[in-house]
Amino acid sequence: MPRKVPKRRPKLAVWKFSSCDGCQLSLLDCEDELLAVADAVEIAYFLEATRVAIHGPYDVSLVEGSISTPHDAERIRRIRARSKVLITIGACATAGGIQALRNFRDVDGFVRAVYARPDFIDTLATSTAIRDHVTVDFELHGCPISKSQLLEVLNAFLNGRRPVVPPHSQCIECKLHGTVCVMVARGVPCLGPVTQAGCGNLCPRFARGCYGCFGPKETPNTAALAKQLTALGWRDADIANAFRSFNADAEAFRREADANAPLPPPAGEGGARAKGVGG
Amino acid sequence: MERTAPTTGRSALPEAAILDREGLDALIAALRGDGYAVIGPRLRDGAIVLDPVESADDLSWGLIDEQDGGRYRLVPGDAQTAFSHTVGPQSWKRHLYPPRQTLWTGRRDGRGFTVETPADPVPHHAFLGVRACDLAAMAVQDRVFGVAPHEGRSAGQERFTDSGYAARRAAAFIVAVNCGRAGGTCFCDSMGAGPKAAGGYDLALTELPGCGTPAFLAEAGSATGAALLARLPGHAAGPQDRAAADASVEQARAHMGRAMVPDAGPLLARNLEHPRWAEVAARCLSCANCTMVCPTCFCTTVEDTTDLSGDHVERWRRWDSCFTVDFSYIHGGAIRQSGLSRYRQWMTHKLSSWWEQFGTSGCTGCGRCITWCPVGIDITEEARAIHDSEGRG
Ligand code: SF4
Ligand code: SF4
Ligand code: SF4
Ligand code: SF4
Repeated sequence: MPRKVPKRRPKLAVWKFSSCDGCQLSLLDCEDELLAVADAVEIAYFLEATRVAIHGPYDVSLVEGSISTPHDAERIRRIRARSKVLITIGACATAGGIQALRNFRDVDGFVRAVYARPDFIDTLATSTAIRDHVTVDFELHGCPISKSQLLEVLNAFLNGRRPVVPPHSQCIECKLHGTVCVMVARGVPCLGPVTQAGCGNLCPRFARGCYGCFGPKETPNTAALAKQLTALGWRDADIANAFRSFNADAEAFRREADANAPLPPPAGEGGARAKGVGG
Repeated sequence: MERTAPTTGRSALPEAAILDREGLDALIAALRGDGYAVIGPRLRDGAIVLDPVESADDLSWGLIDEQDGGRYRLVPGDAQTAFSHTVGPQSWKRHLYPPRQTLWTGRRDGRGFTVETPADPVPHHAFLGVRACDLAAMAVQDRVFGVAPHEGRSAGQERFTDSGYAARRAAAFIVAVNCGRAGGTCFCDSMGAGPKAAGGYDLALTELPGCGTPAFLAEAGSATGAALLARLPGHAAGPQDRAAADASVEQARAHMGRAMVPDAGPLLARNLEHPRWAEVAARCLSCANCTMVCPTCFCTTVEDTTDLSGDHVERWRRWDSCFTVDFSYIHGGAIRQSGLSRYRQWMTHKLSSWWEQFGTSGCTGCGRCITWCPVGIDITEEARAIHDSEGRG
């Protein structure tokens, strides 16, 4: 088979938007594999190193974080224009993150309540996924992402193949691992049946229900799960709260939360919901 | 494999004996001594799973499993019984047909590449506590994987035997257990698959309850089983022991938690557009738990991995399910987009098209898919709803 990988090492950039850095750190967390990664790609920009201007072009851009300021919205367009492949990593970049909770409320109210000098704050009314602003080539879910999936995506890109990141349920992960179902055997509410696999089966292995960190799976039937959560003793508000977490603004989770506990319309003029495309 | 229906007694070896708790312990010790890794039903994380056991102490003494749609709980039962529970979330396919298997590995070699198939040693498992429904499921998978001939549409499959499955299957020693108690979701009787093991085992145990102390009727089903039985400390079984064992199995038969309507295969085949499919699809999570726990479901997908340099590749086979979208992906897209089409695929395959394909039912009535469905969707209830609607004309 002729060697497909180009001789020149591909240039990799890692970008940060509104986020906690946890996903980028997964890359540094790849201790055993980091040298191999550094060997295979030229790490051209990594926030943890230095703040440089957006030069490029880059072969791969990994983007962490959501778009929450006018400056973000402008910056992601420039990054997209300089990236051959753009991969978003984590719940912030793929669904707006926990900070997307503000999408459902009056942001001006928050700003006035939290900051001594609200006039210093320049923010959008919403925190939205990167996909709502530019074309994205691949989305890696998770809060935080799994380092093995991150390596798999880089690896697949370097070798010109499709990443093995199945969009199926967390339940399949439980069964492959031989984990006993906490919902059936203990009556513990679990979001696994509507959540995408990928975390490595963290919570059910320790007798906890899945918190939905990896966001909606393909074709999630959240309404059917909500009925079962009710049968297990959850109130509507509990169900809404469970769906309003790291992936609160992922469409399926947002709709299910709203169906169980509709939110009051945002007060004040600044609270108008400015949803991005496809959000 | 020379395993047959229960032996005829022509052999000089004992064909049946009564074992007590020490006898059961001696059975496990003898199997371990013969080089088998013994896998049996033991308690883990609130359920009875199939894990390695080292002695009779590891078994699930005095535990009963309450099972219903989407619900499983262990409660105390008769402390002198080791097998009064029924089947748990795992089936033996986990050991005969592991969730992940390496198919081959490749290494770049100049301008070409070399392919190697992994030469993993075949595990010698002794399966302790295989219920009739799961023995029947093994016989079903024997057809699927080309180990046993059959008359179905995919006849001739034995020319394409899955060598890994065949090797693990041939190496396994099987200790069946005839059920003395049926679970809340069991319906093997209406599938003709239980509750008494009909053959395909080396030894079969029937627990004799009410003796005050543990007692098991042990019957040999193969020459290997008879030879092993001869080495165990037990006493000869009399007609009254056999009668007690039969009564115990009849007790299970009389208390099946569920039943399948007759002729479910043709029933489903003529009702592919029934409105019930949409109703069940509205409840179904397409989570795939039912296919993962089913002892006959055999579907897998292929995953390729590479190292960063691309010099080393691996091809893996992983359990997959007709409930995933990618499962039906063909050129241009997935053909089973709706939950309805996916649920219908699963249920009609189990009960109907399996007959055409492999000349048998794909369901043995173990009830796992009912218990381990997080929302308790019940294959017997779905079949009955369609059946009853026909009755209403
Ligand atoms: S524990 Fe949760 S994720 Fe795992 S099988 Fe049960 S419902 Fe699914
Ligand atoms: S379809 Fe359900 S009841 Fe039938 S064998 Fe499979 S898991 Fe058991
Ligand atoms: S029911 Fe689905 S997963 Fe099971 S064997 Fe059939 S197609 Fe495969
Ligand atoms: S029938 Fe139950 S276990 Fe099967 S996919 Fe649907 S919800 Fe999951």
